Amino acid sequence: MSELPKTPLLDELEKGPWPSFVTEIKKAAKKNAMAKDELAQLEKSYRDKRGYWKHGGIVGVRGYGAGVIGRYSSLPDQFPNVANFHTVRINSIAGFFYTSDAIKMMCDIWDKYGSGLTNFHGSTGDAVLLGTTTENLEPIFAEFSSRGWDLGGSGSAMRTPSCCVGPARCEWAHIDTLDITYSITQEFQDELHRPAFPYKYKFKTAGCAVDCIASIARADCSIIGTWRGKIAIDQDAVKWYEKNGMNIQQEIVGRCPTKCMSYDGKTLKINDEDCSRCMHCIAKMTKALKPTGEKGATILIGSKAPFVIGATLSWVIIPFMKMEPPYTELKEFTRKVWEYWDEYGKNRERIGELIIRRGMRDFLEYVGIQPDPRMVKEPRRDPFFFWKAEELVPNSKL
Amino acid sequence: MAAPQRRTDIGPPHYKDFLPPVIQKNYGNWKYHEVLEPGVMVHVSNSGDKIWSVRVASPRLLSTDTLRDVADIAAKYCGGYLRFTTRNNIEFLVSDEKNLNPLKEELKKKGYMMGGIGPRVSNIVHTQGWIHCHSAASDASGLVKVLMDEFAEYFTNKELPNKVRLAVACCTNMCGAVHCSDIAIVAVHRKVPHIDHEKVSNMCEVPSTIAACPTGAISPDPAKKSVKVKEDKCMYCGNCFTVCPPMEIHDPEYDGVAIVAGGKVGNLRTPPKFSKLVVPFIKNNPPRWPEVVSAVKKILSAYEKGAMKHERVGEWIERIGWEKFFKVTGLPFTHQHIDDFLIARETFRTTAAFKW
Repeated sequence: MSELPKTPLLDELEKGPWPSFVTEIKKAAKKNAMAKDELAQLEKSYRDKRGYWKHGGIVGVRGYGAGVIGRYSSLPDQFPNVANFHTVRINSIAGFFYTSDAIKMMCDIWDKYGSGLTNFHGSTGDAVLLGTTTENLEPIFAEFSSRGWDLGGSGSAMRTPSCCVGPARCEWAHIDTLDITYSITQEFQDELHRPAFPYKYKFKTAGCAVDCIASIARADCSIIGTWRGKIAIDQDAVKWYEKNGMNIQQEIVGRCPTKCMSYDGKTLKINDEDCSRCMHCIAKMTKALKPTGEKGATILIGSKAPFVIGATLSWVIIPFMKMEPPYTELKEFTRKVWEYWDEYGKNRERIGELIIRRGMRDFLEYVGIQPDPRMVKEPRRDPFFFWKAEELVPNSKL
Repeated sequence: MAAPQRRTDIGPPHYKDFLPPVIQKNYGNWKYHEVLEPGVMVHVSNSGDKIWSVRVASPRLLSTDTLRDVADIAAKYCGGYLRFTTRNNIEFLVSDEKNLNPLKEELKKKGYMMGGIGPRVSNIVHTQGWIHCHSAASDASGLVKVLMDEFAEYFTNKELPNKVRLAVACCTNMCGAVHCSDIAIVAVHRKVPHIDHEKVSNMCEVPSTIAACPTGAISPDPAKKSVKVKEDKCMYCGNCFTVCPPMEIHDPEYDGVAIVAGGKVGNLRTPPKFSKLVVPFIKNNPPRWPEVVSAVKKILSAYEKGAMKHERVGEWIERIGWEKFFKVTGLPFTHQHIDDFLIARETFRTTAAFKW
């Protein structure tokens, strides 16, 4: 491979302590013509303060409508090796666990057919292979799928579900986030690979309300582990935290949002009935506090970034759902939600936007869920609201 | 050489095949964990088994060279087991304590940066930017690099009142969790789209282009078989450009970034929160965006100084009040800060109690 292009601006981003993406691109560019043109085009972007990529075109592998994002340089004459520079999304392992062998296998395929540049991971959680040509897509897919790996979602499809590290390495997980993620990914392969929805649909599963996967902000369906029962207290462990410098009164009792705790210097008490299960005390005193009783998940719907109606957080639809394999209730609920969306959703309308447009009642009745005060922060303020004809019974006492 | 036989709809490999034996044995049976160092934690199982995780920084964009090196290190000290965090750090999973120090030594020697665990600045969640996106109004990786260069010691060592989650989005599509981060950068436009009418009539679906506008600024232009934009209604969000490329919204002279703050996703203590606008605009100044770094530093320093233990940025701001936030950070408060979009009236101050 010939010399690297001159990149005085990008070279400034090889300085400083944080690992440099420019160094990464240069490593790939030393042996790969695509990466070299990526580097050169990026330098031009830094000089001109603008990107030089065109909108994605329809490009993919046979039989799938998702998994590949078409990307073309808008300056193909100057940077011919990135004239086609498509992204391939590889469905990651639940919990983002890998082995050295798997990583090397991916690298071997990618060095042969692509730019040698990757993202671990993309925002949705796919292992992203950054930049290849249209004719290499089928061979890449064949190499991966013959080894047991598949493409992730893109476009108006179910997107690659992702989750926190869960019970694999966390004492706070109330549900098996990895198994739920694997199970829904397998269940909905068709919905993942063949876009048939009004818009994207994301699942993210968090083991507890700490929500390390940001499910409540970034998933159309947020599955958050929780429990119904008491918090078991190991009083000796409470003392251990105090001895190690924790101010129990200030840091734990004083920070409890429901004021359901007390500490008299000897015994920590929790009024479990008033606990809203926010996870603060448990996260700060993990040796001392353990939730007990029934485990399950709260199912929330609707979070998304600002377009079109402003950013939304997911809101509670099912306050508590048992989460045991094969997760039939979750899957049936999901199919019902998709049926509603298919029936009423407009093009590029996310499920949350649809529910806001048509009203919660319309949605709840369709999916067969009763209203519950846990679904709202507060009841409505204004005194005008809908009644349905069947609710108005003549001569009724109500 | 012919490619091997393709298979479809097989889904990803099963996660169990990627878990170290100690995790398989103690799956769902972890008792507690301790943060031993900013980049090292140990999880202890009810059975007494332990697993050590060593976290290192990653630029997210990784070459196969670096990935191979990471794989080699994991093979040498971790039985070949590693994972990535939801914030794109790399975690080496050590099952045998005697490998812990040699691993740390090798990581140090090779220049990997350990840290990010506990009440610190972790890696920045970010988007593709000029590296690979058509819609980027700024670069994401460059902003991440200059910010983390500045705050590196908060990753490797120094503690803050609580963790601080940073994010960068290169346009208002926000492929990262910018809208619920402690401090985040989002790239924005400030000029109405420039319409290529001939191309619009060939390439775009008029109704979906109109529907893409959150402010109702777009209407049909039947004479040109195109659309027109009511300039005083356009907020330059760029959603029309996403559905209709000939509505060019990029303008290097006027594009730049806004800074938002006070968001969080966890439910601990207080409910998840949206990030709110704190700096409406800073011009793109690559390669190192010094004005952006300086503004973020002001917010982080004020938080470090003023927040109580365990308070996230948003919780600190809510306690002291936004008027005090602007005072202690020295950031100017402008017309742009007052909402005039969908939830404006929810944000107006409807109390006479506030601070000077």
